[in-house]
Amino acid sequence: MYQWDFAFLWSYRWLFLNGLGVTVGFTVAIVALGLVVGLAGALAKLSSFAPLRWLSLAYVEVFRCTPVLVQLVWFYYALPILSGIEISAITASMLALSLYGGSFYAEIIRGGIVSIDPGQTEAGAALGMTPFQTMRRIILPQALKRMIPPLMNQSIIQFKNTSLVSVLAVPDLLYQGQIAAHDSYRPLEVYSAVAVAYFVLLFPLTIIVRQGEKKLSTSD
Amino acid sequence: MNPQPKIEIAALRKQFGQLVVLKDINLTVEQGSVVALIGPSGSGKSTLLRCINLLVTPNGGSVRVGGDSFVFGTGAKLPGTRELARFRANTGMVFQHFNLFPHMTALGNVMEGPVTVRGKSKREARELALTLLAKVGLSDKVDEYPSRLSGGQKQRVAIARALAMEPDVMLFDEATSALDPELVGEVLSVMQKLASEGMTMVIVTHEIAFAREVADRVIFMRDGLVIEEGPARQVIDAPREAATQAFLSHFHRGGAATPPAETAL
Ligand SMILES: Nc1ncnc2c1ncn2[C@@H]1O[C@H](COP(=O)(O)OP(=O)(O)O)[C@@H](O)[C@H]1O
Ligand SMILES: [Mg+2]
Repeated sequence: MYQWDFAFLWSYRWLFLNGLGVTVGFTVAIVALGLVVGLAGALAKLSSFAPLRWLSLAYVEVFRCTPVLVQLVWFYYALPILSGIEISAITASMLALSLYGGSFYAEIIRGGIVSIDPGQTEAGAALGMTPFQTMRRIILPQALKRMIPPLMNQSIIQFKNTSLVSVLAVPDLLYQGQIAAHDSYRPLEVYSAVAVAYFVLLFPLTIIVRQGEKKLSTSD
Repeated sequence: MNPQPKIEIAALRKQFGQLVVLKDINLTVEQGSVVALIGPSGSGKSTLLRCINLLVTPNGGSVRVGGDSFVFGTGAKLPGTRELARFRANTGMVFQHFNLFPHMTALGNVMEGPVTVRGKSKREARELALTLLAKVGLSDKVDEYPSRLSGGQKQRVAIARALAMEPDVMLFDEATSALDPELVGEVLSVMQKLASEGMTMVIVTHEIAFAREVADRVIFMRDGLVIEEGPARQVIDAPREAATQAFLSHFHRGGAATPPAETAL
């Protein structure tokens, strides 16, 4: 019979806390960068300038139709050969995860924008607003409300995806867990604790999203 | 003779794909006058109205409003987005379905143009907006969101929003067609007041009695053509063309607004 022992984990607390910090920091960064990329991708896809639309389409499809783990490895091991520029594991991870997330965000944002009644754009134009002003003042504020639940969902997925950076030895929660597991010879407790940590952070978030979705579906 | 007309449209053509919607339209509107566009659904009235503020880009002909003129057709250079925006800022448009901004209060809707387009200060825009909302009889609704307003109130906010740009010309596209019958009057009376103050107006309407009363000239359109045009009472009371007679016969005498051939879009 296996003898459970969680007490020893306490001696690894700083390691876990460090890893958690990296995981959360990474999530914040790739969500923020991904949103910027996603907004640009969405606007490009809605552009009247065809080459921009093609570029955005190619970007979105490439990143949605290849595994994110392959993208991570590609950015770290393949991109430097292609570009001749050495990049750190952190930079490669940032790039890959932000672009991966951005491709999904782009579709969510584009969908939110086109869901707004075209009469709103016309009303803005009739007042003498430029397309940019109409987008910023009229369309985006309304679209954002509808986009928030799916954007949150995608961000939760992004949170979980950060665990993949451990394959590039970025010291996130999972990577630190691996170190602790090797060090203590107690992978069962360590990886269980790691799983619990992810769950404790994410579960409340999913509840918030679900409530947001419910509120939205009753508000209009 | 009169000074130069406020609006001058010549040889205007518009097609959507293969569908030719406007064929050689000529139209002038004198400063301070009211022109009503009537005609069956699909005859091109809305498209013509949208060509006046270039919400729709014509395929040929010319459009002049005040001092701004544009030529369209092969070889003509299309106006850029900034030029278009500046041009449109001087014409107000009121839509059938109001198109109010649902995320802003009535006051916010009216302030939006002055602040974002004209660069007015919030304080200045607020004063202007309050004055205009009072003018359309909505002083007690300034802080309401559109979802809490009746159709008639929404349309009056939309009129105030257009007026806030201090336009030279107002365009109305079936401003009362989406309203419950009992709410039509409150919007028409605001339009009538504007007309009596000397606003240059082009109105697409099925309110034949209103057109007869308020408009100086009436234009009857069908299939993208102007079929008949003249002083309001003459066109409505004694139309010369058979097509105009047939169209007007759908309305009760005195001009109640239920054209049976019409499906409001
Ligand atoms: N954006 C558009 N794209 C394609 N067809 C259009 C568009 N707008 C209007 N039409 C067509 O042009 C014709 C005239 O429409 P419209 O100007 O709205 O007529 P009206 O206002 O007199 O009812 C209709 O057949 C309509 O379907
Ligand atoms: Mg119409």
